[in-house]
Order: sequence, then C-alpha cells, then structure tokens
Amino acid sequence: MAMQSRSRSCTAAWTCASSTEPRDVSSTVRPATRRFRADKPVVFALCALPLAWLTLRAFGVAGLSLGPNPVEALLHGLGLWGLRLLLITLCVRPAAVMLRQPRLMRLRRMIGLYAFTYVALHFLTWLVLDRGLDWTGVVSDIAKRPYITVGFAAFVLLLPLAVTSTDRWMRRLGRRWHSLHRLAYVAALLGGLHFLWLVKADWREPALYIAAYLALMAWRWRAVRRA
Amino acid sequence: MAALAAAGAVGLARPGEAQAAPLKATKNPRFSLKEAPNSLEDITTYNNFYEFGTDKSDPARRSGKFKPQPWSVKISGEAAKTGTFTLEDILKPHALEERIYRLRCVEAWSMVVPWVGIPLGDLLRRFEPTSKAKYVAFTTVLRPDEMPGQRFPVLDWPYVEGLRIDEAMHPLAILAVGLYGQTLPNQNGAPLRLVVPWKYGFKSIKSIVEIRFTERQPRTSWNISAPHEYGFFANVNPAVDHPRWSQAQERRIGASLFASKQDTLPFNGYAEQVAELYRGMDLRKFY
Repeated sequence: MAMQSRSRSCTAAWTCASSTEPRDVSSTVRPATRRFRADKPVVFALCALPLAWLTLRAFGVAGLSLGPNPVEALLHGLGLWGLRLLLITLCVRPAAVMLRQPRLMRLRRMIGLYAFTYVALHFLTWLVLDRGLDWTGVVSDIAKRPYITVGFAAFVLLLPLAVTSTDRWMRRLGRRWHSLHRLAYVAALLGGLHFLWLVKADWREPALYIAAYLALMAWRWRAVRRA
Repeated sequence: MAALAAAGAVGLARPGEAQAAPLKATKNPRFSLKEAPNSLEDITTYNNFYEFGTDKSDPARRSGKFKPQPWSVKISGEAAKTGTFTLEDILKPHALEERIYRLRCVEAWSMVVPWVGIPLGDLLRRFEPTSKAKYVAFTTVLRPDEMPGQRFPVLDWPYVEGLRIDEAMHPLAILAVGLYGQTLPNQNGAPLRLVVPWKYGFKSIKSIVEIRFTERQPRTSWNISAPHEYGFFANVNPAVDHPRWSQAQERRIGASLFASKQDTLPFNGYAEQVAELYRGMDLRKFY
C-alpha cells in the first residue's frame, strides 16, 4: 500500500511537466547507482535496424536490393520509420506511467532523435534522389501539394527539437523547453496526415497511425486534467 | 496475317494450371517501341492490382490461389452476337502479336512491357456492335476467395472500366494474354487483360470476365472512388496534374537509385497515333 501511494505521487510529478517546477526530467529519474544498464544500447541498436536494413539493400549487400523502384522503397521506408518512431517517442511517457517504470523516460530523447534522423533522411532522399535538387520544383511542390506541405512542416517543426535536445539547452530553456517540445505533438499529427493524404484509396495503414496518435493524445489530455 | 498459325495457342495451359505456358506470337514492329523492355522480374513483382492487395508486391505474393483456367467471357449489350464464350473460342480466330508498349501509371512511374495479345477492335467487330454501341465497358472477375484484396472495400468491387467505341477500335488498343512470350502471370491480369498504352495504367483492366457494348458512358472504378482525381478518359498528359501530384515527369522502373526522372510525353508518346481521337476536346476538362 505504501509503495503504491509513493509511486502515485512520483507519477504526478512528471506526468505533466507544467504542473511542477521545471526540473530536468532525465536528472529526476537518473538511477542512483552507476550500475551498467543494457536498455540504452539495446534501444539504440533496435532503432538503427531499419536504417541498417535499408542501407544494406541500397548498396546491394549479399544480393539484397531495394526492388524495382529503389527511390520509392528508400523514401517510403525512411518516412514510415520516421513516423513510427515519432509515435513510439510519444508512447514513452504513457508507458512509463502505466508500467510504473520511470526509468523508461531515459530512453525518450534517443528515440526522438532517431525519429528526427529518419525524417531528415526521408526529406533528403526526396530532395536529392526523387527531385534531383530541382529547387524550383521543390519549392512549388512544398507550396502547391498539401501532402508535401504538411510533411515539410512536420520536418521543420522537428528541427528546433533536435537542436535543443541537449542537456545544456534543457537547462538554458528551463520551463520553456517543455512548451517547445510539445511541438512533437503537432509534428506527429502532420506526419500522419502527410501519409493519409498521399495514399490513393487504401487509408487503413495511415488511419491506424492516426488512431494511435489520438489515443496517445487522449491519454495526455486525461493526465493533464487529473493533475 | 502471317501468324495465323498462332491461333489457339493459348489453349496450351491446362485447367487450374497457374504456371506460364509459351505462346506463339509474331512481333509487330509497327506498334513497338525501340526502348528496351523492363526485366520480367520488374514487370511481375511491381504491380498495382488491388484485387490482391494495395502494396506493389502484394499481387506477386498473394495471387497464388487465383485460377485463370478455365475462363469464359460474357459479351453483352448493344451487339448482334452476344453470349458467354470460353477464352479459347474468343481467341481462336485471331493471330497473336507481340507489341512492346510503354506503360505509364497515374502514380508517375513507367515501364516497358513486351505484351502478347490481339487488337481489341478486331475482336469487338466479330460480335457486330450495333449503331447504339457508343462505349465498351469491361468488368474484372469477382472472387474474394482467390483475391484477398477484394475482402476489403478499398474500391467498389468488381473493378469496372470503359472506353469510347472509337478508342476501343483504335489499332493500338489490345487485349493481352501474355508477356515475354508466355501466358500472363496472375499478378499481371491473367488470363485476359486490356492494354491501352496512351492512357494511365488503371484504364487497362485485368482478368476480364465481361465486355459490354453500351450506349451511355459506363461507370469506371477509380472515377467512382475519386471523381476529381481520375477521369473517364485518363489520357497520359504531362500538362494536367493529378490534384495531389505532378504528372510532368515519371520514374522509370528498374532504373538505379541515382537515375533522374524522365519527362512524361503527351499520350505517353503515342500522340501521333491517337491525338486525332480527341480533336476539339478540352483535355483539361476531360482528364
């Protein structure tokens, strides 16, 4: 019983950052001991797997290939994993709270940075390999094609989050860091719309991601109201 | 005419046999491109055939249960001779030709395919369409047991397509029964599909079970699904964009990761032969 009430109060402290003093979340939950933990290296390797797989296929290692339309395969692979990792990043806090594993929060920055990496590579693949650095075409696509507009907006929103992901920036921005990083919620939604908007008729997969997004946001909404 | 010997060669495949059988066909250089065709692997592993799933690899992976033999086609509507005919009877009087055509998908990719087939017009004339036959409508088979993509209403199954009668009678329009000298693989529309090379790929309906002559413009699947994006005509036109993406360029399937896109040609490069069909029409309006 005592355990339960203690963990509940510790939950409240980081369920909603704005309800508490702007403490550095990662330092709050840093383990007291310096014991080696495998969680970070394991998650690091897992997040790198799709990229490694795409790279092996792109370079034709061991007879692998990106198939008949390599640019599309690379572009879609990177974009899909960018969106998935962005959603996984949004899962970290709910998972930490529901499983009563505050340590999970230590993994969030890394997953978020991986999400950014995939999204940035997705953008570069489009810019260089798909559009061949045709700047006029790139600008007109971003301005004219709604699914490209929202996808590009999501990428732009993630840029300041990647830049300010360091401990130094967290300290420097203090309370504002949390407000700034809520842009991830907007970016994930735009990423989902970007996907939904480009499919021809089969909306099932993008709808699944958008449903997951809405569920995660509903959880946050409830957590804020309870706090 | 030299290839009459090829008649009936399609009957080689036994009922229920999914494997490719060789076809005897005469090359028709008059209607073939000089470009090198895509590899058989590209043509048979990168397909849009939503009846088997919406991923490009689904048709090759999920069409194993489909039985293209035996097959029959119903001819109906505004024609003197109507009825249901076996595929063998439908093809018997015709000589098979090989034609190397460019295929341009509405998704802005393209490939080059060595089709084996017969001119659609030659076949249609045999059934003596009446003066009321202004259009030709086609229907794909409906077999959710064999076509897993049909178990979810991504489109309003069965797939339907149509052509204006003069388009259907144009010598470039063919009914294909094979590619690369073999019967069509399931994922490419076995055993009988339309190929209209100057239109976006979705017009070239696959696994046809009915051909109907109609007086009024038939409904077509993608037009029903998204009328502002997919018109009845769907002629390849670099000047008219899809509402969501540009049609000015296309990516050639099988090209390397670093290959650039190529410019899309009006009517997919067949303007000289077919532009006449659309004289005086506003192609922006009739997209």
